Amino acid sequence: MSWSPLVAFGVTLLVAPALPGVATRTRSFLTGRRGPPVLQLYYEIAKLLRKRAVYSATTTWVFRAGPIVGLAAAVLSACLLPLDGRGALAGFPGDFVLFAGLLALGRFGLILAALDTGSSFEGMGASREAMVGAFAEAGLFLSFTALVMATGQPALTGMLGAPLAAGWSASLPALVMIGVSLFVLLLAEASRVPVDDPATHLELTMIHEVAVLDQSGPDLALVLYGSALRFTLLAALTALVLAPRGALAAPAALVALPMGLLVIAAVVGVVEATMARLRLNRVPQLLVATSALAAFAMILVLARS
Amino acid sequence: MSGPAELVLLLVVLASFLVLGTARLSTGVRAVAFQGVLLGLVPLLLFPTWSWHRAALAAGTMAIKGVIVPRFLLWAIREAAVRREMEPRLGYVPSLLLGTVVLAVAFALAGRWPVPEGGGTLLVPVAVATVVHGLLVLTASRKAVTQVVGYIMMENGIYLFGLTQAERVPFLVELGVLLDVFVGVFIMGIVVFHINREFDSIKASRLVEGAE
Repeated sequence: MSWSPLVAFGVTLLVAPALPGVATRTRSFLTGRRGPPVLQLYYEIAKLLRKRAVYSATTTWVFRAGPIVGLAAAVLSACLLPLDGRGALAGFPGDFVLFAGLLALGRFGLILAALDTGSSFEGMGASREAMVGAFAEAGLFLSFTALVMATGQPALTGMLGAPLAAGWSASLPALVMIGVSLFVLLLAEASRVPVDDPATHLELTMIHEVAVLDQSGPDLALVLYGSALRFTLLAALTALVLAPRGALAAPAALVALPMGLLVIAAVVGVVEATMARLRLNRVPQLLVATSALAAFAMILVLARS
Repeated sequence: MSGPAELVLLLVVLASFLVLGTARLSTGVRAVAFQGVLLGLVPLLLFPTWSWHRAALAAGTMAIKGVIVPRFLLWAIREAAVRREMEPRLGYVPSLLLGTVVLAVAFALAGRWPVPEGGGTLLVPVAVATVVHGLLVLTASRKAVTQVVGYIMMENGIYLFGLTQAERVPFLVELGVLLDVFVGVFIMGIVVFHINREFDSIKASRLVEGAE
């Protein structure tokens, strides 16, 4: 096994907490404010890790398992993505189903933890998180299906690596549409603005933030890191579809990885600065439109073959 | 088929999806205007040889479908104090899903259409899909303004369909532009009679009830 997927994996885990910082910084800059430092999330995680977790007397082991399941699922799904553009740490035909399943499992762990507290606010957050996840999954699977049909490769390594780079210009419009729908899914998965507002502090309007309201100390650090990692993984996925690096030499592809991630985080910031948050009952509409876009890409790929 | 024409046709479909999925009436009208501008580009990109006739057709289409009719429609919305929401009878999510199904069926059947291939593989399915998307907006809409939007979309699809025949029947497309006059009459009707809600409440049966 070559060293490059391992390095890419390490780089991804390392830069993950910087991405929400970059997005927030861009948003602040565009709206005429300074915003927190880019590395803020690192400081927060370091601070939380030094603290002690407080558990409510009504919670059980399900609550404590939630953050661990969430983070473990995110790290495992990172192993499946060809982060350096050519190879993943693990892969097999059909592994995109496992990738989507792991993302869903992480969400499921957090939802169960939220329900375990018995708090009505967190129950609300859990139900909203489940709704967003359910609608986002359709778009994710349609995007993957379109990629499989565009490249003829049933594994993530193939459909995002060199075969994609080879046939990239031939099916460019379809790939751009897949990239855009993956970007919207990123906004949904990472709870960013048109879907959810990470800066809001009113329980009635929050989605992700309210589901993790009772987490504290190291557990909260795991939750924060886990959601930053999900953000990073979907950003990496979007970057791989929009600019496949399979044809680049290994060092160049490795350098391009964090650059692509930072560009996507900055675009997220631009979206946040220019858009208002959607009303909650409009969120399914946005996600269904995203799925329709992915389905259109799939139809295009089918029509071409 | 050349790349840019294909791209423009894809944008036409995306504009239809925007109309199907948006909640804002003005966004819907702007999307249709954008579609009109794109339609003006299609003949230029499909038949790259220069001719005055084709250039005039493109300019006329862009001016009428892209600027004049949408402006008129936005003015009508202001004038008749229409509520600024699309409010489709189906709901936004079902109309998006139905729109996707329509698109898939159009692409699946495109090969079987007995149409001489005027310009590439995408023209026929996009034309059919646009007509049916327009029909979807037209039948699902609750108010007169969105019915006009749906009608314009349908007409855009007919225009695209006409382009497959443009080389054989020279004035078919020009006749299609005449349909825009009909749209103008629609909009005047909205303004003159201040129709800001649906048509279907004006039923003959209600008139009978009123007379008794």
